[in-house]
Amino acid sequence: MKSSKILCLVLGLMMALAATPALAKDTVQVAFIGPLTGGVSAIGVGGRNSADLAVRLRNADPKAKYKYELVVLDDECKPNAGVQVATKAAADKKIIAAATQYCSVVALAAVDVYHRFGLPVIVWGAVHPGITYGNTYKEVHRINGTMINQNEVAAKFVTGLGYKTWVLLYDTTDYGKGMYEYFSKYLKQNGGKVLGSFGVNADQQDFTAELTQAKKLNPDVIWFGGLTPLGVRIRLQMDKLGIKSQFQSCSGIISDAFITGAGELAEGTIAFREGEPVEDLPGGKWFLKEYEKAGYKEAPDAFGPFAFAAMNMILDGIEAAGPNRKAVVKWLSNIKDYKTIVGQVTFDDHGQNISPAITKYVVQDGKWVPWKSSEYASGKRKLKNR
Amino acid sequence: MDFGLIAQHIANGLMMGLIYALVAVGFTLFFGVLDIIKFSHGDVLTWGVFTAFSMYLLLTWMGLGHPVVILVIVAVVAMAAIALLGAGIAKVLIIPLKGAPPLNVLLITLMLGTVLRESIRLFYPDGANPKHFPALLPDWSYSWGNFTLRFDNTVMLISGLLMIVLVQLLIKRTKLGMAIRAVSQDEETARLMGINFNLVVYITFALGSALAAFAGVAYGLYYNEINFNIGLLLGAIGFSAAAVGGFGNIYGAIVGGFLFALLQTIGAAALPFASAYKDVFAFGVVIIIMAIKPTGLLGEKETERV
Repeated sequence: MKSSKILCLVLGLMMALAATPALAKDTVQVAFIGPLTGGVSAIGVGGRNSADLAVRLRNADPKAKYKYELVVLDDECKPNAGVQVATKAAADKKIIAAATQYCSVVALAAVDVYHRFGLPVIVWGAVHPGITYGNTYKEVHRINGTMINQNEVAAKFVTGLGYKTWVLLYDTTDYGKGMYEYFSKYLKQNGGKVLGSFGVNADQQDFTAELTQAKKLNPDVIWFGGLTPLGVRIRLQMDKLGIKSQFQSCSGIISDAFITGAGELAEGTIAFREGEPVEDLPGGKWFLKEYEKAGYKEAPDAFGPFAFAAMNMILDGIEAAGPNRKAVVKWLSNIKDYKTIVGQVTFDDHGQNISPAITKYVVQDGKWVPWKSSEYASGKRKLKNR
Repeated sequence: MDFGLIAQHIANGLMMGLIYALVAVGFTLFFGVLDIIKFSHGDVLTWGVFTAFSMYLLLTWMGLGHPVVILVIVAVVAMAAIALLGAGIAKVLIIPLKGAPPLNVLLITLMLGTVLRESIRLFYPDGANPKHFPALLPDWSYSWGNFTLRFDNTVMLISGLLMIVLVQLLIKRTKLGMAIRAVSQDEETARLMGINFNLVVYITFALGSALAAFAGVAYGLYYNEINFNIGLLLGAIGFSAAAVGGFGNIYGAIVGGFLFALLQTIGAAALPFASAYKDVFAFGVVIIIMAIKPTGLLGEKETERV
């Protein structure tokens, strides 16, 4: 009697153990790194929500082999903080892969860490060429284009509008300097004339001295290479000094925070960004619908779709190659014509997506509107000095 | 020589100089009465401008009328609230530390500054992002060549200078000012003469902090953009301005404030290097001045501080 009871118990236990793997999936950790605080946090939070959405949708999918857990880290858009959190993520062996960085200065500092620890990452927003082309790290990939493509298109477009002269302002971080280098190079190639250029501090508040000089030079366009907070200040202070030039910038200011910060003065600002507008992509409308359904408080902002696509690709990689860093790196290195919501992705031998379309944007009635569908393109409204 | 351009640089420099001078006067007042450097002063200014901004949001939400009326209420409330904050800091942190090594006060106020700054970033709604501070003064302007004179800047400049003159009159001509001067010269004798030492300290801190709040409102109106971080550099510049002018001397603080703005303008407009180095240039010159004249340009009169 006693032995049969024990037998039953043992059998029961064995059955329970055998049944466990079928019931619960293994948990796999993935990370998101971006600026969640500071001047560009609106973009970082939108990116985080989008990456979170990718994880949630995957966890809701019964076909998924693993249960995913998202580790969210704040790089504050500062290289020192960025290296700290990158090390934290990379040193944690439970984290298999990560969608990382909006700020180029942080990404440039962090790629060495990812390489040293062998953590596969897909950059979801930073545009400095050096992040992928400045090294041969097989762990580092980027889903968005680089500032080279962006500035080539930008210079051709603005000279095509008939503008002749520019004053260039840029922040003296690697990001701003890179933007300045490529924009001025392509501008000159397209016949644009640079009347003056000013490198400014990345946390500078007062630009009246630089803008007073710019006003005297009376350019058709004032161009700024940098991020939203400085973009807001420069646009506001241009108005204070009565400068009538057109304001042009780069992907660094394409955010809702620029429009809230600059208010009505944002109207007519032109800027350029990698990728097609999300609404125009086959998966874009679906993404926006799912994002709304998930009920996030904040908007996905300009780079949310990239963060979603990067995270989704990471999850696909883990599903296909298993929760192993080396296997995921290998899987990523073979990506070709891969369908994502931001378009087809093909990584070159530096891990750079080689098929980035560039979209021209203009602020119209408090929104970033693709140029081609704006009233400025149709001739109903006019840019300054046109 | 383009006179319009020079006039514009001077006008820009005067506005910056005014804000720096207002902050520097606070530093000099605190140093005058207690021989201490209160490093959280820049962040107190940030609290001032955020109080003003919150008040503005409240008033517009209530549908209250004219921008100028709103501005007056906003400025008065911000100055009163920050005066209370200043007096509170004096009561809780400064007076209890009296007699402790000056380094302790410096460190504690430095840490307090971080707490004040971070609390805006973390707890103010969307506190990490820049805020659009409204233009509450009429935006009339006149242009002559490269020079644009704005009405709002002129009003701010005049009212700021008036504010400094009022503080100076208060210190030189009133009984309260006499008490402040007495305390700053000799605390023991002042006590023996029946002056309430603690009260004088509270009032001085309230006064300096209210000036910082005023500077904060002027800053918001001038740049139309505020963020949690503005106090950090303003504090460092205000402190340097007070030091280069001569601690404990209000005129020195004013001279220091305008001098610093002048150096920044020269650094950005007239020197051949990238304007990102304008602060390096301005601080560099300050270092040289301090090395040549350690007591500051106007020095500290031993017999009459504040």
